[in-house]
Amino acid sequence: MKKLIALGLCTCMTAALLSGCGSANKYPNGKVYVYNWGEYIDPETLDMFEKETGIQVIYDEFDTNETMYPKVEAGASNYDVVCPSDYMIQKMIDNDLLQELNWDNIPNAKANIGAQYYEHSEAFDPGNRYAVPYCWGTVGILYNKTMVDEPVTSWSILWDEKYADSILMQDSVRDLFMVGLKSLGYSMNSTDEKELNEAKDLLIQQKPLVQAYVIDQVRDKMIGNEAALGVIYSGEAIFTQRENPDLEYVIPKEGTNVWIDSWVIPKNAENVENAEKFIDFMCRGDIALLNFDYITYSTPNTAAQALIEDDDIRNSKIAFPDLSQYDGLETFSYLGDDADALYNDLWKEIKSK
Amino acid sequence: MNKKMLSLPYLFWCAAFILIPLAMVFYYGFTDKTGAFTLENILAIATPEHFKALRISILLSLIATVVCLLLAYPLAMILARMEVNTHSFIVLIFILPMWMNFLLRTMAWQTLLEKNGVINSVLSFLHLPSLNLINTPGAIILGMVYNFLPFMVLPIYNSLTKIDQNVINAARDLGANSVHTFFKITLPLSLPGVISGITMVFVPALTTFVISTLLGGSKILLIGNVIEQEFTQTGNWHLGSGLSMVLMLFIIVNMILSAIFDKEGEANAL
Amino acid sequence: MRNAARKIYITLIFIFLYAPIVTLMFLSFNASKSRAKWGGFTLKWYKQLFQNAEILQALWNTLAIALLSSLIATVIGTVACLAMQYMKKRNRTIIMGITNIPMLNAEIVTGISLMLLFIVLGMKFGFLTILLAHITFNIPYVILSVQPRMKQLNPSTYEAALDLGATQLQAFFKVTFPDILPGILSGFLMAFTMSLDDFIITHFTKGPGIDTLSTKIYTEVKKGIKPEMYALSTIIFVVVLLLLLLVNHTPREKSAK
Repeated sequence: MKKLIALGLCTCMTAALLSGCGSANKYPNGKVYVYNWGEYIDPETLDMFEKETGIQVIYDEFDTNETMYPKVEAGASNYDVVCPSDYMIQKMIDNDLLQELNWDNIPNAKANIGAQYYEHSEAFDPGNRYAVPYCWGTVGILYNKTMVDEPVTSWSILWDEKYADSILMQDSVRDLFMVGLKSLGYSMNSTDEKELNEAKDLLIQQKPLVQAYVIDQVRDKMIGNEAALGVIYSGEAIFTQRENPDLEYVIPKEGTNVWIDSWVIPKNAENVENAEKFIDFMCRGDIALLNFDYITYSTPNTAAQALIEDDDIRNSKIAFPDLSQYDGLETFSYLGDDADALYNDLWKEIKSK
Repeated sequence: MNKKMLSLPYLFWCAAFILIPLAMVFYYGFTDKTGAFTLENILAIATPEHFKALRISILLSLIATVVCLLLAYPLAMILARMEVNTHSFIVLIFILPMWMNFLLRTMAWQTLLEKNGVINSVLSFLHLPSLNLINTPGAIILGMVYNFLPFMVLPIYNSLTKIDQNVINAARDLGANSVHTFFKITLPLSLPGVISGITMVFVPALTTFVISTLLGGSKILLIGNVIEQEFTQTGNWHLGSGLSMVLMLFIIVNMILSAIFDKEGEANAL
Repeated sequence: MRNAARKIYITLIFIFLYAPIVTLMFLSFNASKSRAKWGGFTLKWYKQLFQNAEILQALWNTLAIALLSSLIATVIGTVACLAMQYMKKRNRTIIMGITNIPMLNAEIVTGISLMLLFIVLGMKFGFLTILLAHITFNIPYVILSVQPRMKQLNPSTYEAALDLGATQLQAFFKVTFPDILPGILSGFLMAFTMSLDDFIITHFTKGPGIDTLSTKIYTEVKKGIKPEMYALSTIIFVVVLLLLLLVNHTPREKSAK
């Protein structure tokens, strides 16, 4: 036993040494603390940024908006640049956690990001004062052509008993209710109790048919032919199609959620100048292209879009749909604590049935 | 070296890192968003959804604990009979899977249990019917048992190895057969280990949420899910703390049980 | 017959315990990034693993934190057990009760409560805060391992040593320590194991730029686990297994037990 522990300790230390001691590189121009979704950036772009600017990037990741928020609010770690989603940005603005951007210091942002994305951003960032779009997309139905032989055009197909135990729904409050509300023709930002209860009842009705409520697992499960239909984010759809050519993605006719994840600068940021340099760098066409290739989530960067070589992808309806063709497209707004609490209570009711 | 001084480091640690944080949880549990005193966070356990979640959690944890016990006890007995110098080897063989990341292991179970997963692929290869394994309460129990089995085996194994062989021999000499010996001697003497194992399985199983999300298809709402959501999704730390305080009742029950069954303080967990 | 039954039973349990591990090993050679389909055999994840500075840094953090926190926890825990020997029964029960709290409390509650503590103390989140948190939940495992051994000690041996002229410290190291060593070692091992795999508590107590393997995997879950992680897990497993076999097959000097 003792020998084992001794050997173990030695191996540990060797492994630790091998995995590299701290970098003693000099970063003359300071640091920038970045807080982003997991796996949401091409690490090469960070290296390139560090080389070009001499600013060290301290990179941290979160998995949901809701786990990110308390950390920024508590101010225990001062992040300089964060990448929240639409409604969360609005919540942060309402709670005075963000600072207004100096657009003069981020020229690439105004130049390269398409105007339509700024228009959509007005839903959560009125006047476009706080946020620079980074990635965007839609939410739709991913279906397996070999398991579904009718045309998929409406959210209501997810209630079809034919597909019992073959339906995957999103395991998050707003996303789940979005499907319910949209299929009833209501706004996904509704705070009307009657409408919400109707949606809740509809979703409870659906529950026996649902195979699982998933977030990211929808990707692997659809690739593995586990289910016929799944609600998925457009960025994932491209990846799944590459792995399983039987999969198709469609935006239902009732409309859907057009989401945008944007860069913001928190009020308590300590390296504002470096933050601006970072955002500006990320808005460069070539950098945005690198990120798009890596993450497969749509980029709002028109300069990058022009650089895409593969015609199929550049014209892909999934990656870059013509939004004017669809009705009922909305972006999530922050609904306030009380409405949030109502949503949560109703969601718990659905989950506990 | 004053004997009293010896306890100071740990007492300080307890106060700073266990009691004070606990007090904060209590503070959150007893207040609402405005800071006013309220009991509603604790009483919230009585709402239909929360209560159902608690009931199901208790039921599943209980079943998982019993299954663990039934699987672990014979295993511990077999291992206890092995040679002494393989003792550490055995302990490590059981701990080894725990060094693989918990999330990865649970996701690996998905690959095994899915409709088109490994198990069903093997079954269809043998022309046997597929099983609906994943996204069921059974899968959750399997996940719990898988994760907590080592915690049940090791304490029982430890207490079994401590039983003096002479006592067993004496019983045999006095005419008892194996079954008799087991129920009158072995089982009672191994009780501290069993209690220890039950504690280390039941209580953590009660608060798990990853297993029900990954293996249960997130269709079953466990109390662990509720608490996790209150802290991470809803941001209602008051409710989350209140509900956690209710769960702490189980900790208190455990302490009482230990005090009763373990008068000598022989709680040998590991 | 009895023997065969025993062997079969152990084998079945083993298959149960190691099935997911073997699955992970297969996935580490899977050319497809998806765990749902086999895309062919490849070694590229292993190659990419060694070029991935972030994962290697996370590995270093994980090992360092696990090692340090278990060592410190072992020291504090052992001293605590010693101290408890001299306490009144009632005090001892209270302390044991408090000790159980981190172990039995929902991890998320422990994590959040420690995060609150660090915020109130105004500490900067980073390596230190994670370390303190890990030590906190490691100590109970050490105490629960060492305590029983301590109870079984014969106090007369210690007193005899004192009578023969040893100082308290000498008596401890020469008499008490060797006897409780198995408990200390298994406590250390348990603490190390718990620390390696923890992610909830680490998640709430860490600062920007610091990741352990667990937190790294957790944030990757949303976008897809990098297969390099499977490769890393396989390597860790194989290394530890080799260590085990090595130690077990060295020349037998175990009869001195």
